[in-house]
Amino acid sequence: MFDLTGRKALVTGATGGIGGAIARALHAQGATVTLSGTRRAALDELASSLGERVHVVEANLSDKDSVEALVPAAEAAMEGLDILVNNAGVTKDNLFMRMKDEEWDTVIAVNLTASFRLSRAAVKNMMRRRYGRIVNIGSVVGSTGNPGQGNYAASKAGLIGMTKALAAEVASRNITVNCVAPGFIESPMTDVLNEKQREGILGTIPMGRLGQGDEIASSVVYLASQEAAYVTGQTLHVNGGMAMF
Amino acid sequence: MSDVADRVKKIVVEHLGVEADKVVENANFIDDLGADSLDTVELVMAFEEEFNVEIPDDAAETIVTVGDAIRFLEKNAA
Repeated sequence: MFDLTGRKALVTGATGGIGGAIARALHAQGATVTLSGTRRAALDELASSLGERVHVVEANLSDKDSVEALVPAAEAAMEGLDILVNNAGVTKDNLFMRMKDEEWDTVIAVNLTASFRLSRAAVKNMMRRRYGRIVNIGSVVGSTGNPGQGNYAASKAGLIGMTKALAAEVASRNITVNCVAPGFIESPMTDVLNEKQREGILGTIPMGRLGQGDEIASSVVYLASQEAAYVTGQTLHVNGGMAMF
Repeated sequence: MSDVADRVKKIVVEHLGVEADKVVENANFIDDLGADSLDTVELVMAFEEEFNVEIPDDAAETIVTVGDAIRFLEKNAA
C-alpha cells in the first residue's frame, strides 16, 4: 500500500517542520523528491540526509518569476512531475483593523497565489500523462477562522475553494486535487507560542496534544498514492479533533 | 490537402476519437466533434508539440474549428 516508487514529487516549503516531514515521507515510500524553499543550507542538509532520489531547487514564492521557474526546474531535474505538494506558507498575524496591506498581500501571494501558479504549471504535463496528484496544505483556520489571522485564514480558505474548482476540472484526466488541513502541529510556527498560549490551545484539542509533522505527512502520502485515486476535491482535517466537519 | 492539414487532422482524430471523415475544415471542435473545453486546451498543447510552436492563450481562444487550427499553424509553424 501507498507505494510511490517511480513517482516524482515537488514539495514547497520543504525546510519547514511539516514540509520536511512530507518530503521525508514521500521519499520513504519510494518517490523521487524535489525540495524547494528559500534556505539553501537547510535544503541541502535535508537532501543529504535523504541520500539518493533527491533534488534541490531554491525558490522564493513571493516572487512571480521565481514561482514560474520552479515547476519547469523540478520537471527538468526529475524528468517529470507526478505529485505537487503546495506546502509553503507564511504568517503575518495582526488584528484586522491594524493589518497592513503589505501583511495581507504577502500572505495571499505566498500561500494562495503561488499555489495557483504552481498548480497551473504542473497540471499541464499531468494532463499529458493522464496522471497527477496535487495536495494543498491548508489549515484548520481556513475553515474556523482565527483572531489575528484574517490574511492567513483567507489564504487557507482560498486554497480549499481552489482545490475544489481544479479538482472538478481535471478529474477526467486522472488527476486528483486535495487539501490537507492541519490543526496545531509541533513546528517552528508553533514553537513561538508561549506557555500560556500553548495551554489555551491544548484546552481546545480533544486529543490533548499538538500534532506531529509526521501525522500530516502520512495524510499527504495517502492522498498522493494510487490508493486514493477516487478521492478528489476533499479537505482532510488532521487536527486531533479540535474542529470537526 | 497540405501536410499541415494532414497532421492537424490526425491529431484531432487521435485525441477526440472521432471518425476521420468528420474532421473537415469547418468542423467546430466543441459543437461538431464533441470536445469539451479541456479537450480544446489539450488539442492546443498537442499542436504545440507536433509543430514545435508556442500558441499564446489569446491565439488559442480563436482556434475553434479544424480550419482555424490549420490556418494558424500554416502561418506560424516553421
